[in-house]
Amino acid sequence: MLELIVISTLNGVLFGMLLFLLSSGLTVIFSMMGVLNFAHASFYMLGAFFGFQLTKWIGFWPALVLAPLLVGAIGMVVERYGLRNTHKHGHVAELLLTFGLAFAIEEIVSMIWGKSPLDYRVPALLDFPAFTIFSTNYPAYKIFMLAVSVVIFVALLIVLKRTRVGLIVQAALTHPHMVGHLGHNVGRVFMVVFGVGSALAGLAGVIAGPALVTQSDMAAALGPILFVVIVFGGLGSLPGAFIASLVIGLVQTFAVALNGSLASAFGPLDPSAGPSVLTDIWNVTIAQVAPIVPYLLLVIILIVRPMGLMGTRES
Amino acid sequence: MRKLTLAIAVITPMLGHAASAEDTIKIGYIDPLSGGGASVGEGGLKTFQYLADEINAKGGILGHKIEILPLDNKTNPQESLVQAQKAIDAGAHYITQGNGSSVGAALSDFVTKNNTRNPGKEVLYFNYAAVDPSLTNEKCSYWHFRWDASSDIKMEALTNYMKDVPSIKKVYLINQDYSFGQSVRSDARKMLGAKRPDIQIVGDELHPLLKVTDFSPYIAKIKASGADSVVTGNWGQDIALLLKAAADAGLKVNWYTYYAGGAGGPTAIKQTGLDHQVFQITEGFANSGNQAAMDFEKAFRAKVNLSLWYPRAVNEMRMFKAAAEKANSIDPIKVAAALEDLKFEVLDGGQGIMRKDDHQFFQPIYISSFGKLAANEPFDEENTGWGWHLVSKVDTPQAMVSTTCKMVRP
Repeated sequence: MLELIVISTLNGVLFGMLLFLLSSGLTVIFSMMGVLNFAHASFYMLGAFFGFQLTKWIGFWPALVLAPLLVGAIGMVVERYGLRNTHKHGHVAELLLTFGLAFAIEEIVSMIWGKSPLDYRVPALLDFPAFTIFSTNYPAYKIFMLAVSVVIFVALLIVLKRTRVGLIVQAALTHPHMVGHLGHNVGRVFMVVFGVGSALAGLAGVIAGPALVTQSDMAAALGPILFVVIVFGGLGSLPGAFIASLVIGLVQTFAVALNGSLASAFGPLDPSAGPSVLTDIWNVTIAQVAPIVPYLLLVIILIVRPMGLMGTRES
Repeated sequence: MRKLTLAIAVITPMLGHAASAEDTIKIGYIDPLSGGGASVGEGGLKTFQYLADEINAKGGILGHKIEILPLDNKTNPQESLVQAQKAIDAGAHYITQGNGSSVGAALSDFVTKNNTRNPGKEVLYFNYAAVDPSLTNEKCSYWHFRWDASSDIKMEALTNYMKDVPSIKKVYLINQDYSFGQSVRSDARKMLGAKRPDIQIVGDELHPLLKVTDFSPYIAKIKASGADSVVTGNWGQDIALLLKAAADAGLKVNWYTYYAGGAGGPTAIKQTGLDHQVFQITEGFANSGNQAAMDFEKAFRAKVNLSLWYPRAVNEMRMFKAAAEKANSIDPIKVAAALEDLKFEVLDGGQGIMRKDDHQFFQPIYISSFGKLAANEPFDEENTGWGWHLVSKVDTPQAMVSTTCKMVRP
């Protein structure tokens, strides 16, 4: 049992950190523009595909740097020529733009790379077990994922809270006109922040690609859970997103590990009743419903605490 | 939508050449060409196209060329019905599908209804891989023919082999949460319980179909259970990723699988280093030793650059030809009648029969293990240097199971 708990905790933290890497960019963008970027998971997917292609051409390590930069550049173009123009029509227009963009990116990706999974391998340098715990190997690559996520979290926190750049960004969020009057180019600040947010998603893609599956439906598979993370953590709160990522990673992993069902808690139903919808529900294990647990959490948090764990405003 | 359908219905005949539409036999290939099942779906499509080319090169069926219509169903039963209608509208009288018994059940039902409502426009459904036993039992249909061994046949053979392996003490079941995965799980429980009551089932897992991207939590659970063997019916990315996660975590167990040889599986097994500890059950495999099958495999690999994953597709297409020639017609009703109780020499050798009672094809079944190749085994998989090795063969009479099908005949 101890073994299962330790391993599940490790797995949960790993998954949680990957979620954070993705949601950090999304939450930064949201807090700034007040718009949920539906295309965020698509930028993650672009990161994975660029990472795959660049790894083929120039190797994994250059790809790790170049692919996020490319995705960031695309993000900036989207902000400059897309979002900025729709901004004056209100949030709904912006939302619809990112919504459409998500579909467009998915179609373009499947046109170029096809619809089946790509053979995106872990780099040879990291392809070894880092350590063994309870006779379970821990791949070095997963530790690498973990380290990158922690570094990004710390770096983002320092930049936003401790530097002049962070000061201007934060001020531009709440008082854009004042910041503009002080001589800063607020438009450019927005563009850069959107670019950085997209680049973070791209980075997550490059890193997660080899560990998970790189294929054209990966954005759709991960997109919904990102919204759970940022709503759960509190819209626009970086530490909130961090905690929420970990919580959701752990909850989902532990839910898989549990075998409990209503039948095991309260005893089996009277067999004379025969099979019915009720017996199906009665016998479903927690492991089977694991994938919907995060969404259940989302519903509960919206009812109990609409601003999320660490959010400051309700919306 | 209705206007659109109407427009398509009007325009489509104008586009096609009336003459060639009469000439070609169109087969609607309805399988996933996107999403988690895409790797198997695309492999299947290439196989059928290869087989169509092969038959066409020899003059087709009774002079008619075969054309495969690729239709993406996204492993979704609802979408499959839309695609089946598309195939029919395009002039197909035959559809073939394999991946997903939930899809298989929907298609069988659809074809049955279509044929009752549209006499003269019958459609046959050739099933090459949807193995839920119910399709040839309580849900059997006259218009459905299955070339793959149903799940209970496979489990019967697999457990017959497992019962003689004394080292198996604790078994873990992990399957996809839908009709097929559930039938694998209940068959395994029932048959292992009857044949080896001393074996303990230490885990019985159902996970979402083609949705899991990281199996490490499941592997942790298998490990914690202390299982020495895992039985799984997983296919597509669900088997490849499961084995990949096992390789990453260094899980050392014996794997008794239906589909470990699917895309990505062999690479992951090689990574685990489990030499001849992963077993699969099929109706044929590359190193079966049959000369004709090995020649076919060689030619297939040279042209398609894939291993032959569906020997049953070869049997299906060749038997379709044989039935049409026997009936001297490509009319679905006559082909269906000719297929019943048709005996056929299968690709990997031995005689199979399409049983009239339930339209299930019975054929020799092989259990093979994956590992280092022996001298007389020329074929490896996915460039790993490892390949499949014969462990046990079950001949047709022993691979037959009873049916509860009450066939409604037209």
